[in-house]
Amino acid sequence: MIEVQHLTKRYGRVTAVDDVSFRVERGEILGFLGPNGAGKTTTMRILTGYMPATEGKAIVAGFDVFDQPIEAKRRTGYLPETPPLYPDMSVVEYLDFVAKIKGVPSSGRRERVRGAMERTRIADMANRACSKLSKGYRQRVGLAQALIHNPDVLILDEPTAGLDPKQIIETRQLIKELAGDHTVILSTHILPEVSQTCQRVVIINKGRVVAVDTPDNLTARLRGNETMYVQVDANGADAGSLLASIPGVTRVAAADQREGLTGFEIESEHGHDVRRDLARAVVSQGWGLLELRPMRMSLEEIFLSLTTDDVAAVAGGDAAPAATPEGDAVNA
Amino acid sequence: MRNMLAIASKELRSYFAGPIAYIAIGLWALLYGYFYVAILQFFVRNSMQMMGQMGGPQSMNVNQQLIRPLLQNVTIMMLFVLPMVTMRTYSEEKRSGTIELLLTSPLSDLQIIMGKFLGAMGLYAVMLLVTVPHIALLFIYGNPEWKPILTAYLGLLLLGGCFISLGLLISSLTKNQIVAGMVTFAVFLMLWIITWIGSFSGPTVDQLTKYLSIIDHLDDFSKGVLDTSHLIYYLSFITFGLFLTAKSVDSERWRG
Repeated sequence: MIEVQHLTKRYGRVTAVDDVSFRVERGEILGFLGPNGAGKTTTMRILTGYMPATEGKAIVAGFDVFDQPIEAKRRTGYLPETPPLYPDMSVVEYLDFVAKIKGVPSSGRRERVRGAMERTRIADMANRACSKLSKGYRQRVGLAQALIHNPDVLILDEPTAGLDPKQIIETRQLIKELAGDHTVILSTHILPEVSQTCQRVVIINKGRVVAVDTPDNLTARLRGNETMYVQVDANGADAGSLLASIPGVTRVAAADQREGLTGFEIESEHGHDVRRDLARAVVSQGWGLLELRPMRMSLEEIFLSLTTDDVAAVAGGDAAPAATPEGDAVNA
Repeated sequence: MRNMLAIASKELRSYFAGPIAYIAIGLWALLYGYFYVAILQFFVRNSMQMMGQMGGPQSMNVNQQLIRPLLQNVTIMMLFVLPMVTMRTYSEEKRSGTIELLLTSPLSDLQIIMGKFLGAMGLYAVMLLVTVPHIALLFIYGNPEWKPILTAYLGLLLLGGCFISLGLLISSLTKNQIVAGMVTFAVFLMLWIITWIGSFSGPTVDQLTKYLSIIDHLDDFSKGVLDTSHLIYYLSFITFGLFLTAKSVDSERWRG
């Protein structure tokens, strides 16, 4: 649905986007992840036909954005970083205007406007002036604007920026619903967003693609050994040495300790699932097994390790990012 | 065409949704009313004097002595009021980011520019409409010819088109509408007074500045003369202004 080949954009001497290539299949949600200034917005602007690339090619919905811009734009919905609202129009007027210039025929326009407002839950603000809307509503009107002409491709530049947690969840849900009929590219620098909404991730840094994969694969790829977190109630006994004696376990480290409970991080050989043995060993001692779960490197750490040239230098020589329980990283 | 009209009606609506249209039309009506009264008084006094000198009722030419100077004064009003109309057309879209919506919609640059041009022309046409009742009043008390009035209005419309196309160009060059407004005013003024140096600098310069001055081309229109050379001058001025605006918007894309 979207094909980007060797896209390069230079501003004078600065290269904002450097030889970026990727593909997005129909109905997919692609996350565009990178720190601020990585070239996300520039890439999206090229895809939407807002600006031309210096080199390379971009095909959206079967049309080259440079050679047939009108056809490509007809099939693209775009939510820029700041929603492009006209302050003195009401929400309905605004959406009607957008529908007009996006080529929605006048017969079905009113229905489209209503449909878009219902989908983005802004119907109650229909007659409010855009200048009087809160940040969350502005963002949602921007989203309504992007999907009003039912485009094949949706390009969303930080769609959840500035929303409150409830709205963020709603917006993510909406984007997921849209994915079936539309192909979605969304950019973000918020990592949990990617793991929750996207099927594939493009990580971009300093204008270059550093990784393209599914969030799960990325996580797996960067996790060398299998790591487990175990919490036991050993009644003061030395649980660590017992756990270390289980075949396949390569390393045991005490992670935390409170009220008689001890947590361990246990690394095992790759491909060797030691969970059954662990559970059996703990239970056979008569100890309490309170928690046992696999640990993964969070996307955050993958991201850092991919986008930071020298982690140690940045972290002041502290440490390379360590694995943390996935559950804690989600709301980071 | 449909797209162009959509942009034009959006422009027109945004003039009237904010204070701009009301201030522009209000100032326009005030200035025009003042000119009207002043020139009418002058005209009445002159014709009284003529009556005394010639010893009998003499009718002065209403077209030549009243309507022509009045409509020429309208050009002064344009100088002040039209920059207000055009200054925000592009700069405000650039500042607020709505230009991204327009440029990523299936519209050609020409449709956007023509839409904005027509929107501003629409507001300007409303302003010209404000000047009509005063002149209609003259038909009750005198008998002016209507044909020269028509050509004069055509001339004013074309002259306004030149100012607006230039204003669009200047607005497309900056994000700051105040800057756009000030530069537009300065350029209009320059075009207005360009003949002043001509009259002292010999026939060649005089001819040249007369040709360049967008006001001088109005003269024949206000006399009731429809000269194709003036028509072509105005139309090519407008086309060139809009062409440069298109180039400016396009180059903005490349520079990002």
